[in-house]
Amino acid sequence: MKKIIKYVMTDILRNRIVLVYTVFLLITSFSVFSLEDNNSKGLLSLLNVILIVVPLVSIIFSTIYVYNSAEFIELLVSQPLKRKSIWLSLFTGLASSLSFAFFIGAGIPVLLYQPNSVGCMMIGIGILLSVIFVAIAMLAAVQTRDKAKGIGIAILLWLYFSLLFDGLVLFLLFQFADYPLEKPMIAISALNPIDLGRILILLQLDVSAMMGYTGAIFKDFFGTYIGGIFSFTVLLIWIGIPVFFSTRKFNRKDL
Amino acid sequence: MRYVLMIFLFALCYSNCFAKTIRVGKNQSYKSITSAIAVSTVGDTVLVDAGLYFEKNLVINKRIVLKGIDHPVLDGEKKYEIISIKADAVVVDGFKIIHSGVSSIVDIAGIKIYNRRDVVIQNNILDDTFFGIYLQNVKNCFIKNNQISAHNSEEQQSGNGIHCWKSDSLQIIANTISGHRDGIYFEFVTHSVIWRNVSFKNIRYGLHFMFSSDDAYISNSFENNGSGVSVMYSHGVKMFNNYFKENWGDAAYGILLKEISDSYIEGNFFEKNTSGIYMEGASRIHMQKNTFKNNGWGMKIQASCMDIVVEKNNFIGNTFDVGTNGSLVLNTFNNNYWDKYDGYDLNKDKIGDIPYRPVSMFSMIVEKNPPAMMLFRSFMTSLLDKTEKVLPSLTPENLKDNFPMMKRLF
Repeated sequence: MKKIIKYVMTDILRNRIVLVYTVFLLITSFSVFSLEDNNSKGLLSLLNVILIVVPLVSIIFSTIYVYNSAEFIELLVSQPLKRKSIWLSLFTGLASSLSFAFFIGAGIPVLLYQPNSVGCMMIGIGILLSVIFVAIAMLAAVQTRDKAKGIGIAILLWLYFSLLFDGLVLFLLFQFADYPLEKPMIAISALNPIDLGRILILLQLDVSAMMGYTGAIFKDFFGTYIGGIFSFTVLLIWIGIPVFFSTRKFNRKDL
Repeated sequence: MRYVLMIFLFALCYSNCFAKTIRVGKNQSYKSITSAIAVSTVGDTVLVDAGLYFEKNLVINKRIVLKGIDHPVLDGEKKYEIISIKADAVVVDGFKIIHSGVSSIVDIAGIKIYNRRDVVIQNNILDDTFFGIYLQNVKNCFIKNNQISAHNSEEQQSGNGIHCWKSDSLQIIANTISGHRDGIYFEFVTHSVIWRNVSFKNIRYGLHFMFSSDDAYISNSFENNGSGVSVMYSHGVKMFNNYFKENWGDAAYGILLKEISDSYIEGNFFEKNTSGIYMEGASRIHMQKNTFKNNGWGMKIQASCMDIVVEKNNFIGNTFDVGTNGSLVLNTFNNNYWDKYDGYDLNKDKIGDIPYRPVSMFSMIVEKNPPAMMLFRSFMTSLLDKTEKVLPSLTPENLKDNFPMMKRLF
């Protein structure tokens, strides 16, 4: 398994896209921090990058990578290796290289300019989001043989998580405006890792705006120890479930 | 005739110069303040040594000066009103007043003035009193340099720090008030000034102001109160150079203005409040040279306000600069600095060439539906904000600053 992870990682490093991604993140982060006059404003701009670019790159790159290494996977399957360990090492290789790229590209500037709880939270969420979207991408890729269709599904999933879901929430909020929705909102936020990540970062960052009634309820929940454990568990479940289902599917798949 | 006049003048001097000083203390001839006041005559000074005194209810019913040396302690044993002033021009200076009674029927206070004038209360420390200093139907009184604190957590269990009712020409200066229901309470008080007070961590309002006209509050600090400061049903109020900080909560405002007219708000500083100013039914208010920094909402102006002029203010780092609840706008915004302004200045006159709209689409959504705050700073809402900027539909068309400043004003 270690060997496969090593192969996957060297392969990813060799095709240079991840390198470009790292450099892109580095340039954006440094320019954001040096353009804005105060660092917390820079952190806010970086928040948008993390919440949009990181999932997008993770999901699309992983999907394409899985399709492109179809022959490599077939070769591995013909060897005396468990399918599960092949798939999991593919996942680990992708996830670790993308997380590593994120850490170098965005984590180091954040640690340089904002070495506090907000910065750490941001790095943590960024890494988790990278891993989550690799897992989702692999689930999307294993569903279909057709490359175009698979990439299409991946893009749609990204669109859903970063845009459509929020639109739906807004729609629901206005449909059920007469009901107290503050607490259900906590549950709903768990249905989208991007929203959950954003709320966790904002609670560290933009306190005054979140301080309305909704903010107070969020703070009461996510601000506590149990809330913190809950939200990180939810994020881990967002990794676990797609990985579990994609592994099961891959085990039974006729290649 | 001249001699008669001289004798008369001499007699006058005599009576003044020989006003007595009566000492009270362990080692003095009078052991209790009550007995000293009983023998005192108008114009006397009762000088009290340091120590602990249980005087039950101390009633001052003649014009005397009651002065403590090194803050002698008057203990109300959680039963009594400690000092009741029922004479004009009394001075109470330098006492420590603790543990007044608590009642839900009568307003028991540490020091209460009943229907009198020209009373001076200064340099006292009040701790654990129900009401701190209570001014009932008084005139021309002077409350200075008192430290007032209480430690209750429920509104019903706590009175106000400085409570003023139906009074005129008061001067409330340099007091520190914390832990009460309202720090300073004004009801039917006119022509008064509140100057250099610090009011913090009170359960309800730092300053509560109702039906009180032609008053000024200047250079006070209101910090971390349950609901900030509220000014209601008054006119001719001047608020200059005050500091409003960290009033957090859904119903907490730096200042809540309700039914206020003909007033001035100048040079104030609002920092880290959920809302800096909340205005409802306010009219003819001139707001200038204020700074709104790091608030949730800099200012919330309900559509029921009119003729409000907002000019030359700084809006820095607020999540939402201005919030409103309708499309009717009868107010003017001019020459403010908005840190979110992204226009240009081609003729270099330091005034932006395109108007700034301080109300964002998302702030309108949140106003209508508070749980939508969950989507704050999401891709979706920034997209909505951007489209709204190009084609305003939900945000009020007329709420805009036509001459936004390019640089911070001061």
